[in-house]
Amino acid sequence: MPDPALQRLRLTYGKGEAIRFISNLDLMRLWERAARRARLPLAYSHGFNPQPKIANAHALPVGCAGENEVIDLWLEARVEPEEVARRLREALPPAAQLIHVEEADPREPSLQSRVCAAEYRAQVQTDEMGHAIAERVQVLLAAQELPRQRARHGKPPVIYDLRPLLLDLRLRGYGNGEATFWMRLRAEPGATGRPDEVLDALGLADVPRRVARERLIFAEFVQVAPASAAPVISDDDTDPESPLE
Amino acid sequence: MDVEIALDRILPHVEKPARYTGGEYNSIVKNWTQVPYRLALAFPDTYELGMSNLGLAILYDIVNKEPDMLAERVYCPWPDMEGAMRREGIPLYSLETYHPLTDFDVIGFSLPYEQLYTNVLTMLDLAGLPLRAAERDEHHPLIIAGGSAVYNPEPMADFFDAFIVGEGEEVILEVMRTYGGWREDWDQALTPLPPSLLYSSRGAGLCGPPTAKFGRGSEGHPAKHDLLRRLARIEGVYVPSFYEAEYNADGTFAAIHPTVPDVPARITKRIVPVLPPPVTRFIVPYLDIVHNRAAIEIQRGCTRGCRFCHAGMVFRPVRERPLAEILQAVDDIIAQTGFEEVSFLSLSSSDYSKIGDLVRETMRRHGDKRLSIGLPSLRIESFSVDIMEQLEKGRRRSGFTFAPEAATDRLRDVINKPVSTDALLQVAEEVYSRGWTTIKLYFMIGHPTQTMEDVRAIARLARQVLAVGRKHIGKKANVRIGVSTLVPKPHTPFQWVPLEEESLIREQLSYLRDALSGPGLHLNWNNPRETLLEAVLSRGDRRLGRVIRRAWELGAKLDGWQDQFNDAAWTQAYQECGIDPDFYARRPRALDEAFPWDHIDVGLKKKFLADEYQNALAGKVIVDCREHCFSCGILKTFKEERKQTPDEMWGCPAVGHRRTGAPLRILESPVPVDESLLIPLSLALTPQPLSPKVGRGG
Repeated sequence: MPDPALQRLRLTYGKGEAIRFISNLDLMRLWERAARRARLPLAYSHGFNPQPKIANAHALPVGCAGENEVIDLWLEARVEPEEVARRLREALPPAAQLIHVEEADPREPSLQSRVCAAEYRAQVQTDEMGHAIAERVQVLLAAQELPRQRARHGKPPVIYDLRPLLLDLRLRGYGNGEATFWMRLRAEPGATGRPDEVLDALGLADVPRRVARERLIFAEFVQVAPASAAPVISDDDTDPESPLE
Repeated sequence: MDVEIALDRILPHVEKPARYTGGEYNSIVKNWTQVPYRLALAFPDTYELGMSNLGLAILYDIVNKEPDMLAERVYCPWPDMEGAMRREGIPLYSLETYHPLTDFDVIGFSLPYEQLYTNVLTMLDLAGLPLRAAERDEHHPLIIAGGSAVYNPEPMADFFDAFIVGEGEEVILEVMRTYGGWREDWDQALTPLPPSLLYSSRGAGLCGPPTAKFGRGSEGHPAKHDLLRRLARIEGVYVPSFYEAEYNADGTFAAIHPTVPDVPARITKRIVPVLPPPVTRFIVPYLDIVHNRAAIEIQRGCTRGCRFCHAGMVFRPVRERPLAEILQAVDDIIAQTGFEEVSFLSLSSSDYSKIGDLVRETMRRHGDKRLSIGLPSLRIESFSVDIMEQLEKGRRRSGFTFAPEAATDRLRDVINKPVSTDALLQVAEEVYSRGWTTIKLYFMIGHPTQTMEDVRAIARLARQVLAVGRKHIGKKANVRIGVSTLVPKPHTPFQWVPLEEESLIREQLSYLRDALSGPGLHLNWNNPRETLLEAVLSRGDRRLGRVIRRAWELGAKLDGWQDQFNDAAWTQAYQECGIDPDFYARRPRALDEAFPWDHIDVGLKKKFLADEYQNALAGKVIVDCREHCFSCGILKTFKEERKQTPDEMWGCPAVGHRRTGAPLRILESPVPVDESLLIPLSLALTPQPLSPKVGRGG
């Protein structure tokens, strides 16, 4: 939707635990209403059923919190980014936390087309021994293929290979009946890995969990190998404790 | 909190988990430990329905404005969540602070309609509370209900400690304050007083309750008994356990009597003489709820007098909200909620005296801000088309809805909704010629005096409307037809009317399905078994408490949801309890029969309702009561309230105004009534004149 007449704003925000169960569609409505409360001149599409010009970089799985989510908003009239931030902070529900607002080039391609990967942290409750879990992580990473079946509403299930979607997986911590994983998953149109599927593949299907997306990775920032049959395991260029910038 | 850990496990696996997590903008989370009086506002159906309920939004706003009170929300979980909660041992909790319901002082249920009754039991049970009021003592929360269905509270009398009859805005605080006073008195009676108070000169006074009350009440639970006694003294509060019902040998209801001194024989509904300021700080849901918008009540009550209409009878008198207050509320709502749609609510929007100004001014202020305005309940007249045209300027034109309720001029006179077929078709011309593609028409079958000819007329009228559409826009024209079956409601002129026989309902629906198939026509109808349940519960008595409980035990829940309705459970429950549903739904009632809801006084004289029923059978129309007062009883009941209120704010004439005493003027139906139609029904009625006790207390 490039329209040089409009101001394009890029917002970084956190989707907190309290709203981790709201869907991407619900989230769009949250931003539209927050923008209205903040008296921002949101731009709308034309036609009989005008829709606000809001584009989320990548839908979060329902149930997952987000720590550095990115969304673009378009305004009909210019408002200074600092002013946008100030007004939006007053108008957002407590669980949506605005981190940063900046102006973006209206001609830039969509955020959605630039996302290539996402990093997640998953805390799961388990009484298993740490080394047993670590071993399963290794087994998963060493596998050539991870065929999985995904149920779809009202349609026959699809069988797909999870392995090429799993770019990296670490057991980050363990103790007090809780294990923390860090994972980097491919996030491209038609090739998006889901953290729940990875946990299922680890044999942790039905345990209490908290999953948060720590950040999205866009094409400019990190060169992730293009989608290919060969798994990309990056032992040398990433360190889960200090993910690269 | 343990509940939250357990929720982490179950929420990923249930449908729409955001129903159960709260955290919405404008939801009010108070400091639990610093607020002494805690109310849970419960809606016994899903989040999406409960969050769309304006009544609860009003009470939430009012109670949370009190510094020493809090109100939190709770809804009925969907069966998948209910099952998961039971497996995990999670008690029903509030959305604001995740406190179990048993931690609240008062649980107030909204009961707008009867199909929610079994959900009340689901919620009490999930909260770990005994279902029957008699099994709960002063350690349990006080459990009360209000709402439209409570104008006949008897079927649910076993389960509630008290009912609030009428409008809740003032009485909810009176109930909370009374509860507070009671708790303070009993806390002090049960706790040893600190020495400072014991020895102060004021100590004795602070002790509060007379010692006689403590330890030897007439009931097993003296403290709870005391609470209920205090509540029963509040006007509009009905404590069912203080009354006993009697029945005649033939099973009909005979009378209901108080069993304790000082409780009223009749409970008069509460009203607010002037509508309190509208809610503007609505909770903004994340989920797409049923009515995902803000609502402003522009007018309460209705002067049209449609004889089947429960709301039109029980919400009298008509009170208007001033135009300036509505316009200000729209501004505030946009600023405080960000809603993209505001709905102006009333039972008959066209009758709001400044409707033209309201629409014009709202569009002038907000027309360019992509705000949608909803204006339901418009009359079938070309003025409505003008209004909608202003409101939908430049937008997609969705459906245009009319509710003629009957398809012949004759039958519309019977129900007192006089509009001619010619006028309706004329309005349809305007609708289709000005860009709308769909007209929705709502009808009812089963009105008194209805014949198969009236049913055939539904199909004929729908096809005539479609033909009008075709003429203007060709194949794009649509007609959607909703057909429900008349459920005779208490406190209406049709409270004597038997529900149509099931075989006839099926025959009529089957005719309509055949006659209304084809391109451009879409028919919706109600399941006759669901209609039967609503009819039984609407005019039920206390003996139905056992049936409701048994049906619930057998698996009945979410009865308002077509895909959840469990007819087998209800059928078995009727049988096991020895109750014939047709006794309640289909038995012709004599004009002088005592009804289980007669002690609930909605302000209308039973004589007025009976006269109106007879006018219906004779096909006589009465005009809008703003033009002529028919002495329904509301003015007499609320004389004092009327005196306090400026003339123009009520639809009723000012007290002492000459119109009050004017003789009843009935318009003869312009279409002759076929007298032969009346015979079967008039036989069902007792021939004697109304017995003197009928109008008692009106």
